[in-house]
Amino acid sequence: MTVQQRRSEGAQPFRLVVVSGGTSDPSSTRMLADRIADRVRTLAEDREEKVATDVIDLRELATEISTALVSQLMGPKMTRAIELLGRADAIVASAPVYKAAPSGLFSSFFHVLDNDLLIARPVVLAATAGTARHALVVDDQMRSLFAYLRTMTVPTSVFAATEDWNSKELGERITRAAIEVLLLMESGFAEKVRSESWKSYQHEYGSAGGTELEIDLSTDLMRLATGGSAKPNRKA
Amino acid sequence: MQFGVFSVSDITRDPVSGETPTEAERIDGILKIAVKAEEVGLDVFAIGEHHNPPFFSSSPTTLLSHISALTERLIVSTATTLITTNDPVRIAEEYAMLQHLSKGRMDLMLGRGNTAPVYPWFGQDIRQGLPLALEHYNLLHRLWREDVVDWEGEFRTPLQGFTSTPRPLDDVAPFVWHGSIRTPEIAEQAAFYGNGYFANHIFWPTSHSKRLVDFYRQRFEHYGHGTRKQAIVGLGGHAYIAKRSQDAVDEFRPYFNEAPVYGHGPSLEEFTKGTPLSVGSPQEVIDKTLTFHDAFGDYQRQMFLIDHAGMPLKMVLNQLDLLGEEVVPVLRKELAARRDPESAGAPTHAGLVQAKYGDAPARQPRPNANRGDNTAGDMPYQDDES
Repeated sequence: MTVQQRRSEGAQPFRLVVVSGGTSDPSSTRMLADRIADRVRTLAEDREEKVATDVIDLRELATEISTALVSQLMGPKMTRAIELLGRADAIVASAPVYKAAPSGLFSSFFHVLDNDLLIARPVVLAATAGTARHALVVDDQMRSLFAYLRTMTVPTSVFAATEDWNSKELGERITRAAIEVLLLMESGFAEKVRSESWKSYQHEYGSAGGTELEIDLSTDLMRLATGGSAKPNRKA
Repeated sequence: MQFGVFSVSDITRDPVSGETPTEAERIDGILKIAVKAEEVGLDVFAIGEHHNPPFFSSSPTTLLSHISALTERLIVSTATTLITTNDPVRIAEEYAMLQHLSKGRMDLMLGRGNTAPVYPWFGQDIRQGLPLALEHYNLLHRLWREDVVDWEGEFRTPLQGFTSTPRPLDDVAPFVWHGSIRTPEIAEQAAFYGNGYFANHIFWPTSHSKRLVDFYRQRFEHYGHGTRKQAIVGLGGHAYIAKRSQDAVDEFRPYFNEAPVYGHGPSLEEFTKGTPLSVGSPQEVIDKTLTFHDAFGDYQRQMFLIDHAGMPLKMVLNQLDLLGEEVVPVLRKELAARRDPESAGAPTHAGLVQAKYGDAPARQPRPNANRGDNTAGDMPYQDDES
């Protein structure tokens, strides 16, 4: 849907999903994510657009994430999270830094998602830490994870060490990231990639959170399923 | 509708007693389980195929032919026969032999296997697992239906004028189930040949298995084997039964908690809620199993896993008593009442013979005198058109 359509219909808000790896309540990791999401919403309002935000607090999914890591079972909260992410227009992913890495809970959550669930989705990466020495964790570690998931990660990463919370510059970086992700949502980039190029990515039956159910009957393997031998159909 | 039990043949430490059975004890035990399955009125016993410890079942046809000799009505089957790493010629020969020895009381389920090193042990490449499975079955299908086969493919040395012996009993190929959890190509192959499709239906929710069963039914109809309802569907299931619900949970939990594959993961309660597992009273197991019919419609075979994770033989035999006396009779009645007259009956040798010959006598192949090959001179059997 184009921006013009959204504006003229005035109905469908952008769906923003916050994923927070914070473990305390309140959590600075969640607060950082909320600030980014709020900024996206206010910027959108200035442009007469609406944003609806859903939050996935990973601390509530901790046991389901560990279950999913060691079995094929997805609990009800994981299932809801996957549904939310599957139809998100953009994502804010925020992790606490532990031992110079995004927390295991945060990474594990993304490890158990289907590889093709988030293709081309705009993502703002954010992290919090007790010291500025962890500042490169976002760009050095989180960005590569999201590259694997083939998300459209915005150029500005948001990192907040203890001393940043009171700084004007953190607010400026949040605004920069918020504008970037809003523009990507407005452009309809993710939907265009999905509608024009979805098949060029690797999928499995039932992947993309259980939505990838199209069966191509014209492949070499499907021909092999219906008699004959592999040789004539295979390229040298 | 057929009911049975299937075993993966694991030899697992009993987490309650701390004892691990010997291979000899477990193999003796599985014979008792199979014989008991017939005694309590079940229809099918199936065994897996593995080529590494802690499993014993590397040679399913040897085991199954012995079981068929110990029983009178029981159908023996596999869960699964490895269509990837076995030579399809050996499958054709061994299972035709089993078919003769069991007087047709057998069928088999084909699968790709889930142990990666098995492929290189048998000279195959796991990355080619799916094309291997598809091509191998295409050859197997012909070996049981054509007296003389010329064949050339990617994965096996070519055949010229090859005859697989013995020819199938009554010249009717053994019934084949294609087992698959998430591979549309396998469902397509089952549908193309009009064979059975089996969904393991243990680790995933019913909705997951239903997608490919529905696809298989649709393609079965597409290929003209009958209507969707006439497609032949088998389902796995996983149950632990006790007279009282809470006893079932208490008795099964230590085995569940340390079970291979899913142990040390989800809780018994989560797993029961999210998958087809039922742990409870006979009525609870009946109720949950009937939900399979709600989801899949009429189907032809229900298999239960009841002997894994180190459960001692006595416990398994007790499960068979409860299954045979209290669960299956009710399921038979309930499912018969729900059954659409249009849907297919369960596959049996007698049914296949009837379908092929009607009331005419079945072909009984009688070989010509040996001449060492099949490529020259007359055809190998006396009634073949030469």
